[in-house]
Amino acid sequence: MSAITEPEKGGFQISQLLYDTRYRSMTIQIIALIGFLLAVGWLVRNAGQNLADLGKPLGFDFLWDQAGYDINQRLIEYNSTMSHGRAAIVGLLNTLLVAFLGCVTATIIGVAVGIMRLSKNWLISKLMTVYIEAFRNVPVLLWIIITMAIFIEIFPQPSHFRGEDAIASMKLFDSVALTNRGIYIPSPTFFPGSGPLIAVFFLSIVGIFFFGRWAKKRQEKTGEILPTFWIKLGIFILPSIAAYYILGKPMGLEYPELKGFNFKGGFYMRNSLISLWFALSLYTAAFIAETVRSGIQAISKGQTEAAAALGLRPGRITSLVVLPQALRVIIPPMISQYLNLTKNSSLAIAVGYMDITGTLGGITLNQTGREMESLIILMAIYLAISLSISTVMNQYNERVKLRER
Amino acid sequence: MKKSVFTGTLVAASVVAGFAAAGTLDDVKAAGELKCGVSTGLVGFAAADANGVYHGFDVAVCRAVAAAVLGDGDKVKFVPTTGKTRFTALASGEVDMLARNTTWTFSRDVDLKFEFIGVNYYDGQGFMVPKALGVSSAKDLDGATVCIQTGTTTELNLADYFRSNNISYEPVPIETNAEGQAQYLSGACDVYTTDASGLAATRATFEKPDDHVVLPEIISKEPLGPLVRHGDNQWGDIVRWTLNALITAEELGITSANIASMSGAAGKNPEVNRLLGTEGDLGGMLGLDKQWAMRAIAQSGNYGEIFDSNIGEGSPVGIARGLNASWTDGGLIYSAPFR
Ligand SMILES: N[C@@H](CCC(=O)N[C@@H](CS)C(=O)NCC(=O)O)C(=O)O
Repeated sequence: MSAITEPEKGGFQISQLLYDTRYRSMTIQIIALIGFLLAVGWLVRNAGQNLADLGKPLGFDFLWDQAGYDINQRLIEYNSTMSHGRAAIVGLLNTLLVAFLGCVTATIIGVAVGIMRLSKNWLISKLMTVYIEAFRNVPVLLWIIITMAIFIEIFPQPSHFRGEDAIASMKLFDSVALTNRGIYIPSPTFFPGSGPLIAVFFLSIVGIFFFGRWAKKRQEKTGEILPTFWIKLGIFILPSIAAYYILGKPMGLEYPELKGFNFKGGFYMRNSLISLWFALSLYTAAFIAETVRSGIQAISKGQTEAAAALGLRPGRITSLVVLPQALRVIIPPMISQYLNLTKNSSLAIAVGYMDITGTLGGITLNQTGREMESLIILMAIYLAISLSISTVMNQYNERVKLRER
Repeated sequence: MKKSVFTGTLVAASVVAGFAAAGTLDDVKAAGELKCGVSTGLVGFAAADANGVYHGFDVAVCRAVAAAVLGDGDKVKFVPTTGKTRFTALASGEVDMLARNTTWTFSRDVDLKFEFIGVNYYDGQGFMVPKALGVSSAKDLDGATVCIQTGTTTELNLADYFRSNNISYEPVPIETNAEGQAQYLSGACDVYTTDASGLAATRATFEKPDDHVVLPEIISKEPLGPLVRHGDNQWGDIVRWTLNALITAEELGITSANIASMSGAAGKNPEVNRLLGTEGDLGGMLGLDKQWAMRAIAQSGNYGEIFDSNIGEGSPVGIARGLNASWTDGGLIYSAPFR
C-alpha cells in the first residue's frame, strides 16, 4: 500500500537538481534558456558595436528623409520628394496587391485543375498532370522571368499602334490595348447623378445575399430547388441597367487612347504586375491543385456512391457532398500555399515590380546604406503579413471543421 | 535577383559576427588574390570574353592594383555586382575594392562610409532614344517610359530632372545593363538613360547602332572612380596611388613599350625615377616594394593606353578623350605629384 514514500522534507541537496528526475528537466531547460539568452545578447551587442565601429549606428531616422526616387505603380499619392517611409508603404501596398490577386486566382485555377485532374477524361487528366508537374518542378523565379520575357516579345509596342498603316490595333471594339508595356482597359467615369446608380448597384448585391438566404430556407422547408444562379444574375444586372437608363446614363467609360509615347486613360495594368501575378498564380495553383486532389481523394468513395444512390447529379455530389468534407483536409495546407505565394512575391524586382522588397529592401537600402535597419523592418513586415494570413485562415478552418455533436 | 537581399543579409551577418576593418592589404596578400567588384557586363568597362577573361577600362584598374600588390595582374577575382548589390558587397568585405562605373557623391562618401580614391572617368547622365521616335531633346520626353538601373544615381537624377522641368515619365526599374538593353530594344521602354559612357558602350553592341541617338542633354555630373571601405587608410592609399601612377605615367610619357628600359636604371627625370623605384622608396611607405608602380603600369599600360584600347576612338565603343584628356592636353585627368 505504501510503496510510494513521501520525499523527505528539508533534505534538499544541490545535487538533486541534476540527479533527481523531478528537477532534472527543469534544470536543463533553465540552463539552455540562459545559454540562449546569452548568445542572443552577445549577437545583439556585437552587432551594435560593429555597426558603431563602422560609423553606422543603428537608427531609423532615414525613414523620414526624402526618398528622391520615383515609383511607377502607386496605390497612394507618392512622388520623389516624399520620404523613404512613404516609399516603403507604397511598396507594401504593391506587395499586398499582387499577393491578394495571386491568392485569389491561384485558388480558382488550383481548385479547377485539382478537380479536373481527377476527371475520367484521359486527355484532361493527363494535361492537368503535365501542367502540375511542369510548374511544381521549375523554380518560380524562372517562371516569372519567362512570363515577362514572353510578354515583352509577343505584344506590340505602343508605337506600333501609331500612324495610318499601324501594325497593331486595339482589341474588343477598340476598347482594350494590349501592349508590351501592359494592358489598358476602359475605366468607368462618373458624371453628376451617378450616386443613385451606385446605390442601386450595391443594393442589388445586398439583395442577392438576402435572396440566397431566403432560397435556402425555402429549399430546406419544401425541398424545391430554385434556379438560383439565373435569378441572382438577374438581380445583379437588371436593376442597375434600368437605373442607368432612367437616370439618363450618368456613367460612361473612359477608353485608353494613344497620346504621345503611351496610351492614356483607362486602367493601366503594367507588364510587371501582370507577369508577376500570372506566374505566381500558375505556380501556386499547381500546388493547390495537388492539395485539392488529395483532399477529394481523402473522402471515401462510399460517400459519392451513397449520394448517387440518393439521385444527386454529379455536379451536386461534388459541390454538396465531396467538397465540404474535403475542405477540412484542404484548408490547413492551403494556408501555407498562401504564405508561400506572398513570400515569393518578393521576387518582384526580377521584373521591375516595385514591391516592398524593391522599395525598402532595394532602392532605399541601397541609397541610404541602412542594410540592418531595412532588413529588420522588411522581416517584421513579412512576418506580420504571414501571421495575419494564418490568423484569418485558421479562423475559417475553425468554422468548417467537423463539429462533434 | 535576390542578391541584394542576400548580400544585405551577408552584411548583417558579417556585422553581427565581427568585422575586420583594417588590414585589407594583409588579407589580400594572404588570399593571394584581389577581389575586385566590377559591373555585370558593360563592354569596354568590364566584360568577360568567350574564355571568361575580363577586359575593360575598370578591369584594368583592378589588374593594376593586383600587379602592384601581388606582383601579378591576373591574380584578380572579378566579382560581378549590380548597381544595387555593389555597396553591400564592398561593405561586407565580399570585395576588397570596387571599380564599377561608380559615381562619387557626398552621401556615398560620408553616409555610406566609402572612400573614393579618385576619378578615372568624368561622366554625365544622358538619354538614348530610337531615331524613329523623332525626339531631339530630353525636354520632349513628356510621358515617355524610361528604363533605369535601380540603386544608381541615375534614378535620383532622373526624378530631379523631370520634376524640375515639370514633365512626367514612367520609370521602369531594371537591375542590370543587359536587362535594360533587352527592354529598350523590344520597345518596352522609349528611352534608356544612364551615364553617357554607358550609353556609348551599350549602343556599340547593338546590331544597328545608327538607329539610335544619344540626346544632347547631359543632366548631371558623374565623376566615376574606384572606391574602398572607410577605415583602412593604408589600403585606400595603395589603390589611390596606383591609379595616380597610371595617370602620372601618361603625363610623363611612360608607356608599356618603354617602361622596361625606363625602369632599368635611374634616368634624368627625378619624378620618373621616384615613380619607377629607381630613386627613393615610395613603395616602402605604402607597405609595398620599390617596383610596385612599375608593375602596375606595365600591366596594361598608362591611363591613356588603357583608355584608348578599351573605350577610345580606335575601339568599338569609340569615346573621345574630351574631359578625360590629361590636364596637359586641356582635360581634367590630373594626379597629385609623386614625391
Ligand atoms: N554612375 C551611376 C550609374 C552606374 C551604372 O549602373 N552604370 C551602368 C551603365 S553606365 C552599368 O555599369 N551597368 C553595368 C551592369 O549592369 O552591371 C552610379 O554610380 O550610380
